Amino acid sequence: MDKNQNNIVLKTEKLSIGYVNRKKKTIVAKDINLNLKEKNLITVLGKNGIGKSTFLRTIAKVQNALSGSIFINQKNLESYTNRNISTLLSLVLTERLPESQLTVFELVALGRQPYTNWIDKLSDNDVEKINIALQQTEIEHLQHKFFYELSDGQLQRVLIARALAQDTAIIILDEPTAHLDIHHTLKIFALLKKLVQKTSKTIIISTHQVNLALQFSDNVILFKDNKVISGSIDELNNINALEDLFPDTIINYDTKLKQFVIKAN
Amino acid sequence: MITKNYTVHFMILSVLLVILFFVNVSLGSVSIPIKNILSILFGGIYSKESWEIIILNFRFPKAITAILVGSGLSICGLLMQTLFRNPLAGPFVLGISSGASLGVAILILGTSFFSGILITPTISNWSLPIASSLGAFLVLTAVIVAANKVRNIMSILIIGLMFGSLASAIISVLAYFSKASEIQQYIYWSFGSLGNLSWAEIAVFATIYFIGILGSLTIIKPLNSFLLGEHYAKSIGINVKRNRNIILLITSILAGVITAFSGPIAFVGLAVPHISKLLFTTSNHKILIPAVAILGGIILLICDSIAQLPTSGFTLPINAITSLFGAPVVIWLLIRKKKIFI
Repeated sequence: MDKNQNNIVLKTEKLSIGYVNRKKKTIVAKDINLNLKEKNLITVLGKNGIGKSTFLRTIAKVQNALSGSIFINQKNLESYTNRNISTLLSLVLTERLPESQLTVFELVALGRQPYTNWIDKLSDNDVEKINIALQQTEIEHLQHKFFYELSDGQLQRVLIARALAQDTAIIILDEPTAHLDIHHTLKIFALLKKLVQKTSKTIIISTHQVNLALQFSDNVILFKDNKVISGSIDELNNINALEDLFPDTIINYDTKLKQFVIKAN
Repeated sequence: MITKNYTVHFMILSVLLVILFFVNVSLGSVSIPIKNILSILFGGIYSKESWEIIILNFRFPKAITAILVGSGLSICGLLMQTLFRNPLAGPFVLGISSGASLGVAILILGTSFFSGILITPTISNWSLPIASSLGAFLVLTAVIVAANKVRNIMSILIIGLMFGSLASAIISVLAYFSKASEIQQYIYWSFGSLGNLSWAEIAVFATIYFIGILGSLTIIKPLNSFLLGEHYAKSIGINVKRNRNIILLITSILAGVITAFSGPIAFVGLAVPHISKLLFTTSNHKILIPAVAILGGIILLICDSIAQLPTSGFTLPINAITSLFGAPVVIWLLIRKKKIFI
């Protein structure tokens, strides 16, 4: 295996994603060929309904691919059991948590389930991993609170801590800043960037914060109407890939600023 | 999960359970002092010979039945509330009790309907539990088959309710064509009863009960993972479909056997998990399963003691007491705390 292959943590080949109903297949996106490098912050960009969440759910094996293959650490995703996957890949989803009386510590501790025994007993190692996750996300002071007492920004950090406690090489976050104001959005991006640099994890997120994503990400996956392209910002700039990400009636991509700007009249 | 230490809670509740057990045994149409009860139990001198028969053959079996029924129904309720992420879920929402009732209705009311087909229309001690278990099992099988076809957990809840309505409708039709005496017999069964069980019946009851309880202890970990929702549960390595079926199976075994031996008993399965969650302020099933079991036993012992109308010869239907005293308690608890937890 050559050197380039070695740092590829996630690879897709001719991947088709979408939904199967009893009667018909709905293809959301097809021919997705990606090579995602480890220790990168990777953002998935594209307009609403184009398949970003479907893509994230498919690579996390929450839903099945329509065709094509996904490889994690050069091994086909199909050949992993759910238990194996839970030690490779953790999730932060947009869905609301069901009501319960879980404390922050307990919620983060649930990330240790792939490693605990049948009655869910935490070992010293588990407790250490949980404490590290609480430190890295700076929520130690919240650990005895019930999760329903938290603000959206705090809760998002708790969910990230839970994913960290799961101790996986890859963390996938579906729109982690969806309900947050600009201050907390920036804090989350900064936290994710810090985690990639300090913990050598690969973090894949979908987001609508395109400008922030362009500043913070190492790599971008663009979901467009008929194709999916990935690369670093500079690579994408060179092939003018960002320009038609959105219908250009209102916003434009400025190649010099490397930012989307509102179109001047 | 690490959770606060609840040793004191459990000690108080256990002592309360033991005290209430003896209070329950001492109450009834014949009042027997606790001192004599202990003598009968541990071999001492007691005043009347007849008391021994009353205690050993009637009151003990009844108190034990109360504990089994109360704790079993409460565990069912807890499992359903966690699985369906719905505070209104109880052991009977899946139509299990309606299925059991249907089995009993066919047995009691159907005899005139099917008199030509059934060879022995006589109703023995065992035919009621068998009919009600069969009914519960049939409805549950239908629900599990349906559950594996639909993804959405709320749809399963609605499917269960629909099976319940179907069963009730069939019971109404049967009742319409039945004799008054048969309808009366069916209504008496639906009042619920903790008494009338022989030691042999209790042995069968307890064996199936313990299988259900042991089963619920093996799924503490998946139950806790369900607190995050099914997607997260799957992402931390839990086989969601398999565990969902295990939960449904345990609930039907427990609710089925309980309904079989004691009739449909309302309120306990829904209310006790709520009271436990308010008392223990945790969602960790390692704490909640033993908590609802003890509390369920306590509450049904109290209800049964009230039902005996101390110092009078009458006994009220247990089903009426559980709702009459239980429902207001839950309403008060929830209004006071202002937040409904599941």
